[in-house]
Amino acid sequence: MSAETIDYQIMWSRLIAVVEEQATTLIRTAFSTSVREAGDLSAGLFDLRGRMMAQAVTGTPGHVNAMAESVLHFVEEIGRENVREGDVYLTNDPWLGTGHLHDVTMVTPSFRHGRHIGFFACTAHVVDIGGRGFGPDANDVFEEGLNIPITRFRDAGTISNIVVKFIRANVRAPDAVIGDLHSLEACNAAGDRRLQEMMNEFRIADLEGLSDFIIDTSRKATREPIAELPDGSYDNDMHVDGYDAPVHMKVRLHVEGDRLVADFAGTSGMSGLGVNVPMVYTRAYACYGLKCAIAPEVPNNTGSLEPFEITAPEGCILNARRPAPVSVRHVLGHLVPDVALGALHKCLPNAVPAEGASALWNIQISARPLDQDSGRSGAEMLLFNSGGTGARPSLDGLSATAFPSGVKTMSIEATEHTGPIVVWRKDLREGSGGAGAHRGGLGQTIEIEPREGYEFYFNAMFDRIENPARGRSGGRAGAAGNVALADGTKLRGKGRQKVPEGARLVLSLPGGGGYGNPAERPKEKVRADLTAGYISPEQAKADYGLDDL
Amino acid sequence: MANPEIRVGVDIGGTFTDVALEHPGGMATCKVLTNYAQPEQAILDGIETAVGNAGLAMADIGQVIHGTTLVTNALIERRGAKLAFITTEGFRDVVEMRSENRFEQYDLNLELPKPLVAREHRYTLNERMAAEGSVLKPLDPTELEALVEAVVAGGYDAVAVGLIHAYANPAHERMVEQALRRAMPDLSISLSSVISPQMREFERFNTVIANAYVQPMVAAYLGRLVARLREHGVTAPVFMMHSGGGLISVETAAEQPVRLLESGPAGGAIFAADFARAHRLAKVLSFDMGGTTAKICLIEEGTPKTANTFEVARTYRFKKGSGMPVSTPVVEMVEIGAGGGSIAHVDSMGQVRVGPRSAASEPGPACYQRGGDKPTVTDANLTLGRLDPENFAGGAIPLSGALAWDALQAHLSQETGLEPDAAAFAVTEMVDENMANAARVHTVENGRDIEAFTMIAFGGGAPLHACRLCEKLGIASLIIPPAAGVGSAVGFLKAPFSYEATKGFFQRLDAFDAEAVNHALAALEREALSFVTAAPGSFTTETKMTAMMRYAGQGWEIPVVLPYRPFTPGDTAQLHAAFEESYRTLFGQLIDGLEIEVTNWSVTVASKLPEEPEVSPIFESQDLPANGARSFFDAALRRTVEAAEIERNKLAPGMTVAGPAVVVEDETSTIVTSGYSVTGQNDGSLLLRRKEAVQ
Repeated sequence: MSAETIDYQIMWSRLIAVVEEQATTLIRTAFSTSVREAGDLSAGLFDLRGRMMAQAVTGTPGHVNAMAESVLHFVEEIGRENVREGDVYLTNDPWLGTGHLHDVTMVTPSFRHGRHIGFFACTAHVVDIGGRGFGPDANDVFEEGLNIPITRFRDAGTISNIVVKFIRANVRAPDAVIGDLHSLEACNAAGDRRLQEMMNEFRIADLEGLSDFIIDTSRKATREPIAELPDGSYDNDMHVDGYDAPVHMKVRLHVEGDRLVADFAGTSGMSGLGVNVPMVYTRAYACYGLKCAIAPEVPNNTGSLEPFEITAPEGCILNARRPAPVSVRHVLGHLVPDVALGALHKCLPNAVPAEGASALWNIQISARPLDQDSGRSGAEMLLFNSGGTGARPSLDGLSATAFPSGVKTMSIEATEHTGPIVVWRKDLREGSGGAGAHRGGLGQTIEIEPREGYEFYFNAMFDRIENPARGRSGGRAGAAGNVALADGTKLRGKGRQKVPEGARLVLSLPGGGGYGNPAERPKEKVRADLTAGYISPEQAKADYGLDDL
Repeated sequence: MANPEIRVGVDIGGTFTDVALEHPGGMATCKVLTNYAQPEQAILDGIETAVGNAGLAMADIGQVIHGTTLVTNALIERRGAKLAFITTEGFRDVVEMRSENRFEQYDLNLELPKPLVAREHRYTLNERMAAEGSVLKPLDPTELEALVEAVVAGGYDAVAVGLIHAYANPAHERMVEQALRRAMPDLSISLSSVISPQMREFERFNTVIANAYVQPMVAAYLGRLVARLREHGVTAPVFMMHSGGGLISVETAAEQPVRLLESGPAGGAIFAADFARAHRLAKVLSFDMGGTTAKICLIEEGTPKTANTFEVARTYRFKKGSGMPVSTPVVEMVEIGAGGGSIAHVDSMGQVRVGPRSAASEPGPACYQRGGDKPTVTDANLTLGRLDPENFAGGAIPLSGALAWDALQAHLSQETGLEPDAAAFAVTEMVDENMANAARVHTVENGRDIEAFTMIAFGGGAPLHACRLCEKLGIASLIIPPAAGVGSAVGFLKAPFSYEATKGFFQRLDAFDAEAVNHALAALEREALSFVTAAPGSFTTETKMTAMMRYAGQGWEIPVVLPYRPFTPGDTAQLHAAFEESYRTLFGQLIDGLEIEVTNWSVTVASKLPEEPEVSPIFESQDLPANGARSFFDAALRRTVEAAEIERNKLAPGMTVAGPAVVVEDETSTIVTSGYSVTGQNDGSLLLRRKEAVQ
């Protein structure tokens, strides 16, 4: 290692700070609730060839590889020779961006002394994109809203009024959506300012040497632990609810030397509704899960992502073909790590957790006054909620915590200020963690009622109602999810449904699976769980054999 | 007789208890080891020493001002009261479910911090307020009585009450308090509507729980402290430094100890603010680097920036989200795990990383010769020639260059192939980079341009690193004040009496109810005034108001400072304009067509600080007898340079020395890099200026 290497290390640290700053700029200026409150965004720096050099760690691992691929599409579509200083490009194409129309990816080329040196890119979930709104009920991607192909948003500094007009005319909240596009632009510009300062300080003219250093170091640090895995093929499969039909996910991991391939051949075909997953998103989540278990320390960039080769046959639900509807691709996407980690468990025992609730239980609520002439206004609200995570080989699962997603929930008090609903309950769902030597995380119970004089519709996008999270190594399954009204009326796990005035929606979120034989759980831990009410006396007896209550 | 001009500031830190005694003849300072079993004993010892040094008697003291890290330590170490929490049915687990995310994305074995109150001690009541404060479900007296019985039977030392939307209507919390009080007149009770009346249940519940958890212990400690001071002849009133950078009475502090959490660091910020005012600097970045952490704070127009939420007791590498959120007024600081004791290691990519693990004072850096064998920032500084091995801590701790070299070689050289001196450079450069990044992000988050700031650096490690940090940040001038080693205790003496009263009170500007807002603000001012006017002596007060505002539907409010006067219905245009100005400063652009709303209001009443006599910059060229020659590694030049060594007390006001230079004093050394020059100032400060800025 030389003095130059020390400089490269310092610059690498700086670049990670630069992209974090980029992300902070976006979080603070965005309109979209999911960006601001939940961290549904990403930001990164790319070299001249479109290789990702650094990416901010945000709430959405789903954007990680997706964005890394996306910039390559931009380079191909625009053509490097046509890139001019002051240009800004965008797309929300699910197959070229991050998997659904609501995510807009913006790419800004970076120039130094008139020379093109790389790209900044960022992605955010916008408030609205037209079509049916955020929900799973569309029959094709055209019903899901406006599709913006890779387009110049700015041409050598001049904004394209045509693009702006087209977008404004096609979305329900034009000010907020255009505002978000400006936030995305500003986010890339902020990153570029810092990059230029760094290049001044270290007196470098381009990014090529630094990019090679980052990518080569990361690739090596990722391939090393892969090489330590025993060679072979490892299979796993998992059934999940899907929408119109249950979905069977299959994966085979091939490990050979320092190569790792995850192939999803054998997975069910596409759905007629919006739960299909474009390949970019499947690749992102499969890679995320495997990376957590194999090389968690290595920062995200082309070098650390490349060693994970993820494939799925075109036309299966995890590699959906155009023009399939894909709006809520996150539901099945969030379940992909469970199936991939289950296969890895067979090759790397005692390292991965049991299955968890995994898919977020996002709920989009549209409240309206019963009397349309009352002068009262309705409201659109989006809430993020999480069930329990799977137990770990040496730790209990995390209760009501997102995994693999990293998004945050919102304050109930703040939510009730934004629309006419009352959330009567949001607490842990007792007894929902799968039994095991290590217990699965608990799900949660949420009860929501429209306020007097209102009713609401909600878009259900929930899974693990028919197929609970399975335990591992002798651990039991977590509790399945449930959607109902307080009077016991069963509701569906997917699709738009109504909650009338006076009725109360009850969401019971799934728990995580247990790890290891429940009989091996120390009795004092079982008693402590009982005292806290995490498990019932019946469970203590039946699952854990605790007789002396 | 007690003399009001004799005042003593006492700061209890993790290792040392610092005392600063201000008297007509000057300032006497002293450091004693913190006594964990009897913290008040160390205070008495320290004050007696300082009083003796100044030739005074204990009875002469006119005012005692105290700040302490003990409250924070009690939260970190989980040493608090046996506590019950009472909340609204359906919300028993708010403090356990937290924000439902993982603060570290890639760690499959992540553990979340456990709540201070275990689930079996969290009770619920079937009651409910609506967002606007109306009663959705009344509190049933029979249920309340049954709950009181359960709490009595539980044998709790303290109870925290946090009900949903209690900031909007505290009636039910008051009823719970009265019922508990009837049954247990001496019970410690904390209400969320009193301790932190702000919207957002997770933060408010955590705050009231943290308060109740430490209340009995802090009240007992403060009682003992005052009694012991009286026994030793100190008749002076005792005041406490609060996290927001002002003083409150010891009685208020005993009731609301959660306001004391950041008292020590707040003292440091006030210390820097005092120099900012004296030097007439409008934009200052304070940089405080000790053994374990570095803290960065923005000081504008002589006032440290404040916030109303922060996080204490972070459990995971100082990572955001890994601690407990507390919503009380606080001097806003960024804290990172970077100090002299921070340990360097090589990660899986062969990169040199520094911190947040620290060798602390025991065993300390390898060069301390106390059994530490891990390479730390101090070891790296010594290896690079930035510390004098013979003269560290005034010669009290002889440093071993050989041990530092060995530690660097054993833990860094073998894995990276770098020679120990190159590895040492990697260590200091990485820690400086970490601190610079934190400072840069903090200024960006506040919509400020860091190059326009002057840095004021204090704490044991800061003078070694500050100049390099300024190079990295593009900051042209840097002040190293005197007495920087006991900065917080000195800061206590410069703080105003102040109290910030807050309230969550939702208002959309298109439906602004001026009368209701005026009513709420008047109540806040009365509350704040009652605390401030309890202070002795005559002083004038000033009242400041801040509204937390946002575009309707946004999730993040920004503070908007407004003139304090009653609103008229026509004032919404002015509110609108004030919000837009603040928003543009922070984000650079406005959003058309959206409504604007206010979520929280705060009114701060503070005693007016006396005008600081101006310390004008002075530069005169004088020949300085070179004390000696040193060589150190200059990071910007990437090579070792020959530097002049100067004793700080010989650098008279106006004397200027061009870098590279090392200014030495008992407690630390100031590194002046080749790009800067240093000039002594009239108040004993060192002023470092970038050379091209000087010309």
